[in-house]
Amino acid sequence: MVVFALFIISKSGGLIYNREFHAGLQKLNSNDLLMLAGSFHGMHAITKSLCPNPPVPPPPSSTNAASLAPSPFTHRATGLEVLETSQFRMQCFQTLTGIKFLLFTEPQQPNIDTMMKKIYELYADFVMKNPFYTVEMPIRCEKFDRGLDGFVKLRG
Amino acid sequence: MSNNAPQGGGLRYPSNKKTIYDRNLNRSKNAELSRAAFAYLFIEMINLAQKHAKDVGDLEKRLNNQGYPIGQRLLDLLLTRSANPLASIRPTRILTLLQFIAQTLYRHLFGRPADALERSNEDPAQYLLFDNEPIVNTYISLPREMSNLNCAAFVAGIIEGVCDHAGFATEGVTAHSVGNQDEGGKDAKGQAMWPGKTVFLIKFKKEVLEREEILGRG
Repeated sequence: MVVFALFIISKSGGLIYNREFHAGLQKLNSNDLLMLAGSFHGMHAITKSLCPNPPVPPPPSSTNAASLAPSPFTHRATGLEVLETSQFRMQCFQTLTGIKFLLFTEPQQPNIDTMMKKIYELYADFVMKNPFYTVEMPIRCEKFDRGLDGFVKLRG
Repeated sequence: MSNNAPQGGGLRYPSNKKTIYDRNLNRSKNAELSRAAFAYLFIEMINLAQKHAKDVGDLEKRLNNQGYPIGQRLLDLLLTRSANPLASIRPTRILTLLQFIAQTLYRHLFGRPADALERSNEDPAQYLLFDNEPIVNTYISLPREMSNLNCAAFVAGIIEGVCDHAGFATEGVTAHSVGNQDEGGKDAKGQAMWPGKTVFLIKFKKEVLEREEILGRG
């Protein structure tokens, strides 16, 4: 279970967090990282419009209690979610607030969804509940780093 | 419960004319609060304190002032609610008071007692209350320019309110982080066991110590 890296992209497309968990990855300088984040943000938006299946409108009387909170993505096309190559797999998780979590792992990594949810939980706890964090700014929260360390090391 | 609009401020009365003073004191005895709800409220409290504070010390003082009235009210409330009628008297000795704070007050606020209680070696008027991981600090990561801030100053304010209101006037109660101290509390890797460990320094006034000595003798 190997996690290579994690990127967090803000609502406006700027890279606010990047972290590498695996030694021996090719080093990118900070400019390249920002370009990578910006390009992905744009590509994500483009792929949203390219979705071939027309969005399914919600049934008129959808008052089923089991159909959870209204997600804007059940009847709207979403952007790029998974990018898989022979060397790595990149998964993008977009939150309801427009934050994108990019997780780079090895190609045959099971349980990516649970990992994403756990990382989102760590983000909601140690970044959003931090009084000294301004939203959409680069993340410099020690407890978030430590939480991620503990979580990734535990899995790997 | 529909509220009538207040006529120029003051208490709002619900339609059955019951005020907060008519509610049973034990009604919220076992009520719990979600940690997230408190965390978000605490963020705003810290922002409010930060707006007018000039430096870290001032910020801690403002947080302390925010906690002070809570301590005053909690003292009476917890004594009234204590199950044992013999225990519902105001503590008259320093040690009883500190035990009350470390056990009853802490259990009411955080669900667990405080971790250690000591008397300072250098200053007999100073007592130390240790908390390995203050709950108010769980989600707070300090920026580098404020690394000597401890937001448990809010809890220090609560403790100060309790002490002052119980008749044990204090010079002040301050919160200090001792997480990275070089003590015997390190694990095999040399990392501090409790990085968020906080000590509350309670400094009593001279009159309190004199009184304590007289009571001790008699």
